[in-house]
Amino acid sequence: MSSKTTGNVMAGTHFLMGNIACAEGAIAAGCNFAAGYPITPATEIINHLAKKLPLHGGIFLQTEDEISAISSIVGASWSGCKVLTATSGPGISLMQENIGFAVATETPLVIIDVQRLGPSTGVPSIGLAGDIVQVARGSHGDYQIIALCPDGPQEMFDLTVRAFNLSEKYRVPVFLMAEGFIGHMRERVVIPDASELSLVARTIQRGAGGPMQRQDFLDAAVAPMPVFGNGLKSHVTSSCHDEHGMRNLSDPEIMHKFITKPIEKIMRHRDDIIQVEKNYKDCDIVLVAYGSVSRSAKAAAELARADGLKVGIFRFITCWPFPGEEIREMAESVKHMIVLENNCGQLFPYIKAEAAHACRVDFIGPQTLGQIHDPEYVLSRLKEMVR
Amino acid sequence: MSEIMHPLRMKYTREHVKKTTNCPGCGNGIIVQAILRAIDELGMDMDEFAFVSGIGCSAWIPSPLFNADTLHTTHGRPIAFATGVKLGKPELNVVVASGDGDLAAIGGNHLIHAARRNIGITVILVNNGIYAMTGGQTAPTTPRGVNTTTNPYGTLESVFDISSLVLAAGAPFVARWTTYHPRQITSSLKKAFTSRGFSFIEIISQCPVQYGKVTKSGSALDLLKHYKKDSIKIDKARTMDPESLKGKIVVGEFVNEQKPELSAEWTELKARVMEGRS
Amino acid sequence: MSRVEVTIAGLGGQGSITAGVMLGEAAVTYDNKYAALTQAYSSEQRGGFAATWVIVSTEPVLFPRVTHPDILVAQARDSITRFANVLKPTGLHIIDCDMIPETPEGFANVIKVPATSISRNQLQAPVTANVIMLGALCAASGVVGRKALEQVIVKSVPKGKDAVNLQAFDIGFKIASEQIK
Repeated sequence: MSSKTTGNVMAGTHFLMGNIACAEGAIAAGCNFAAGYPITPATEIINHLAKKLPLHGGIFLQTEDEISAISSIVGASWSGCKVLTATSGPGISLMQENIGFAVATETPLVIIDVQRLGPSTGVPSIGLAGDIVQVARGSHGDYQIIALCPDGPQEMFDLTVRAFNLSEKYRVPVFLMAEGFIGHMRERVVIPDASELSLVARTIQRGAGGPMQRQDFLDAAVAPMPVFGNGLKSHVTSSCHDEHGMRNLSDPEIMHKFITKPIEKIMRHRDDIIQVEKNYKDCDIVLVAYGSVSRSAKAAAELARADGLKVGIFRFITCWPFPGEEIREMAESVKHMIVLENNCGQLFPYIKAEAAHACRVDFIGPQTLGQIHDPEYVLSRLKEMVR
Repeated sequence: MSEIMHPLRMKYTREHVKKTTNCPGCGNGIIVQAILRAIDELGMDMDEFAFVSGIGCSAWIPSPLFNADTLHTTHGRPIAFATGVKLGKPELNVVVASGDGDLAAIGGNHLIHAARRNIGITVILVNNGIYAMTGGQTAPTTPRGVNTTTNPYGTLESVFDISSLVLAAGAPFVARWTTYHPRQITSSLKKAFTSRGFSFIEIISQCPVQYGKVTKSGSALDLLKHYKKDSIKIDKARTMDPESLKGKIVVGEFVNEQKPELSAEWTELKARVMEGRS
Repeated sequence: MSRVEVTIAGLGGQGSITAGVMLGEAAVTYDNKYAALTQAYSSEQRGGFAATWVIVSTEPVLFPRVTHPDILVAQARDSITRFANVLKPTGLHIIDCDMIPETPEGFANVIKVPATSISRNQLQAPVTANVIMLGALCAASGVVGRKALEQVIVKSVPKGKDAVNLQAFDIGFKIASEQIK
């Protein structure tokens, strides 16, 4: 499944804006079709892809709206392309219906969400992790999604590559949940040589026979994708369908599988998909965070340890599927979890649900929404809590 | 007893699809046959095609019936999906078949932008003047003054002249026919399937069950008779004044010209910039 | 010092953010250090405030926001109003004294650089004022090496403008060197 890249990789040490690192990650991962609509704070990604994709034989299409962007990348994915769109919360809201289409049709694609302060038009240039729950639950119906949370420009590169790999491997849409702060900050980014990058390309259905002779859908072990133009006469519908892709709105057994199999596909591979960073051995208190504010958490933990407090950290790199087992395991070994989020508490209820039976769980939001937590502030709140 | 089967059915449709979802008298059957006949007369293979449709009765024309790659998408968006399919694999003949509600109401923005971009897909817009699948609601093509499910006291809005809209948006091939003109539809489709640019064919089609009922325009046969009586060829219509064109259906090929096509332009652009890079 | 926090602020069009990007890039790509840069600007194309915050460190930067800068480079009076109150009392203050004639009170280390007038009159290149300030920053703080910054300047400025920018950098460097003697 793995293959080595050709000359698409800007290897070396750079001082890059997160959004540019993301676009370079997409190119390194082999993205050859991207579509999008300008929106702050994600625009630098599409600007960079527009300039660089054609140099590597790819296309960037500026669409008439975000609905068209998600629709056209689904179409191009069925033509066999590695595809991406980049937007912010308002664009995600518009895309939600067809994100569900991609889920239901098992279409690999990558969506970059450089989140901004909301609700609604909010503040375009200020970041907030306000879309964390909407990307998991925002399209109608019941489904599971993969979403990754970068903590800086280096991970804007690394996790964009990973998002492509996961989407291709499991035939699913994958989100990169950046925040405006991360997208716009510049930092040291080390891009490895092409030979050191491990890339995954989807398994493509081969051979002949109509859809009734094949089982291209609803396979929890991931069915090869019957991409268009190969004489497979594939039928693709987001309506309830059987393993042949054929619509079926009458068989309860098929309806059940239509929902559960794509969920099972992700959950069965959760150990491969879920990544967390943890450092809480011998600690009483753990600061739990993701994205930009995980850096506040780390800095605050250092300050606390210098003060003699046993404070550790836990960071979600994957936030969906939710790392519930990892949280439960931690809850058994610590006394107190303090959740930091760059919002008013979106993952907090999920964390609490897994941990509250075994330890105390508290929440600290930014002192001013839009500004990531000051470590000194976190430390003072922490001390109040444990007093 | 052996089954008697239409030769086009055997050659071009999925064997296991045994039944139609269309109501008795629906115009979709005529359109299915016109499309398959065009492919047959051109000697093309179904594997050269990808059919994309949206939501609504007409979206069932290719899906799941046609034995080709078929992509059945969400309401209003088939043109946007098809744009991606075409740019991802320009060698495919990408055909959208969907209704007036799907393509001109909820999806109207994608329609005009696809025409403007001149993406090389064929769009077959089946205009039955009503939301049929959901039960007789007003469409942007429903005549003013008729009582529909959502305008029970009469519609107050004007209709879209969709072909003129697409023409104004820059499409290089635009034709309009009715289901009374199956041979003409086939002839225009043959041009569309072999042309490079965005080709648009509007087909006025009868919906006796919903449109016929709400507009009190009668049976399928009555509607076909109306198409026969009131269709005016574009050449003749151009010589007539707007007053005498009232209530008439202007049919024919409105434009057929060459313009640079988007997927081909992209292929050239990529070759150009990649050469400049090396 | 392993972590140095720098604020470079001015008005839109003065090149404050560009100067910050050059500083960060020099630290990372030529001095093999770590740097994190964030920025903010008002929506006006010209004349609104513009600021960039750069953290330069010998170790990976954990918390990427500047809260109490060690160095404030101020290119406009507005920058003093907005940012001087968070500068550490022992911090280094580098001001464009053409734009800010009065010496800010309460700071021990103030370097005054007439960057605007030099760029206009002596160099005939107003856009080099930020590079003059960068030269002064380099001499007064050593946060990033001279060679690293010069390499980044040559790489960043438009073709044919490297000589005047290097000259601008040198002028700023010398002015600051004189004042810290």
